[in-house]
Amino acid sequence: MEAKKQDRGLLRIDRDECKGCGLCIEACPPKVIALSEELNHYGYRTAVYAGSGCTGCGICFMACPEPGAITVLRAVVHSAARTALEGSACASN
Amino acid sequence: MSSDTAVEYEVAQGRSKSFYPRFERKDELQHQTHYCPGCGHGVVHKMLARAIDELGIQDRTILVGPVGCSVFTYYYFDLGNVQAAHGRAPAVSTALKRSRPESIVISYQGDGDLSAIGAAEILHAANRGENITVIFVNNAIYSMTGGQAAPTTLLGQKSTTTPEGRSALGEGYPLHESELLATLEAPVYIERVGLGDNKQIAQAARAIRRAVENQVRGLGFSLVEVLSPCPTIWKMQPVEAQHWVRDVMEKTFPLGVLRDRTREAQPRPAPATPPALEEIPRLLGLEHGERLVKDERQVLNLAGNGSALKRTGERARAAEVDLEVRIAGFGGQGVLLLGEVLAEAGLESGLEVSWLPSYGPEMRSGTSNCHVRLASQSIDSPLVSAPGILVAMNEPSLRKFDRTVRPGGWVIYNGEEFPADCVRPDVRVVALPFTKIAHELGDARASNMIMLGVLLEIAGVLPDASVAAALRRLVRNPRWVELDERAMAGGRARYREMFAEVHA
Ligand code: SF4
Ligand SMILES: [Mg+2]
Repeated sequence: MEAKKQDRGLLRIDRDECKGCGLCIEACPPKVIALSEELNHYGYRTAVYAGSGCTGCGICFMACPEPGAITVLRAVVHSAARTALEGSACASN
Repeated sequence: MSSDTAVEYEVAQGRSKSFYPRFERKDELQHQTHYCPGCGHGVVHKMLARAIDELGIQDRTILVGPVGCSVFTYYYFDLGNVQAAHGRAPAVSTALKRSRPESIVISYQGDGDLSAIGAAEILHAANRGENITVIFVNNAIYSMTGGQAAPTTLLGQKSTTTPEGRSALGEGYPLHESELLATLEAPVYIERVGLGDNKQIAQAARAIRRAVENQVRGLGFSLVEVLSPCPTIWKMQPVEAQHWVRDVMEKTFPLGVLRDRTREAQPRPAPATPPALEEIPRLLGLEHGERLVKDERQVLNLAGNGSALKRTGERARAAEVDLEVRIAGFGGQGVLLLGEVLAEAGLESGLEVSWLPSYGPEMRSGTSNCHVRLASQSIDSPLVSAPGILVAMNEPSLRKFDRTVRPGGWVIYNGEEFPADCVRPDVRVVALPFTKIAHELGDARASNMIMLGVLLEIAGVLPDASVAAALRRLVRNPRWVELDERAMAGGRARYREMFAEVHA
């Protein structure tokens, strides 16, 4: 269980709203956001999530100037998995 | 991605509900703001929207937008939105807050808007301690107009109007608006924050929330200045611009709390509810005297050619009143009072009126004149440039205005001899030594009321009761009321003697 622990956070990026300013990339403490190689519909390179490692801190959300380009999700703990997850949360705090 | 059955994810940070789901701007771009990539405005918008969400005040918040890059706040915020003229947002906010005290009113302004053209508005709103919240986004430049220097531009900073960099000698020093406002007594909370890095951003969000919450608690004037990147005009990459806020801008504009009286501030009492419309005449002392309902008032027909001055007794609808009078004389001759009694009597009888005084800077013996209009329709301008009736208290005043009298009009002149070169075939004249007549009546100063008596006969649009009520309202001393009434009656009698044939 500890070996393959779940991320506490999850990131969603709306590629149509993102203008590729890169402020979220700068802001992200674990550095799990990067700039895409390909351009979006409007010709911007956009932010992309690395796919894992998000802590759900939400810092990128406030650094981003667009109202809804970034959504940060956090893990909800169900009783079955609570002990394991709380353990991991404490360990990294 | 992670799909372990034990862990589900829920939204922790997402789009505020104080934003519209779609922005009704240009066709293809309704899902994003108009701001440049990396612009601080979007970040400040999000902080504000979140504070409004958290405080549960979306339904009663009014956002007053400025002129500048953030002119379009109404596209984005699902709030009450008002867009103010350049720099006037604090004045507009004052009016909104005072007339709707239950609303939360937020003035959103940039540095050009707030510290240049709006310098007076913000100063006085702060000094009055208006219970509003001001979000002051400072990027040290006029951005929307293409990068001219603002009062906040840093020394040495290049702009289109300071191509060599701002110099203190040429353009003065960067204006520290927040420090300036913090010298005033009334503000409750003033803080300068920045968007220079994660730590600054977190503090900025807290400050904005506090500034709004202060208003919810009724504490008074709160302002947050946000040092905000403008990558486009600064000609920097977004991240570079962000760091410039922290590394350069902050040296000129240090961050921190400049005023915090939120602990000791008492909730301001809600302003008294404004009086009902029907109450206003009583409050202005206009209730006494018989007020005539508009379409019942008795009027005389003032025909354009001046020949049909007969009492018609018809309802007002039948006779459109549009009387333009110019009264001129020297200071102290009662010019303004004559006009006031006329206008007040018009008001009393349900007409639209305007009274516009115009006089020189001298307190005594300067020239003085006033414009009076009485009309059944609303009045477009209070200026009377072509009077139907000119009242001239002396010869210089006559000469100044006699050519302006419209054909078919009248001149009432204070003097036995009407100057021959002023005679016009298309204008009728009542020339009498009014001062002498007034003297014989008891006081030379009543000459204006004798002239008013003549004027009322010529115009014929005002019921006697309205004139009497107006006089009593404007002249408080009963001895003078009595004298003025006699003077007016005397004037009316003189006119009737002179123009007996018109009424025959
Ligand atoms: S010009 Fe500057 S202030 Fe205006 S939208 Fe662009 S980055 Fe923002
Ligand atoms: Mg600006």
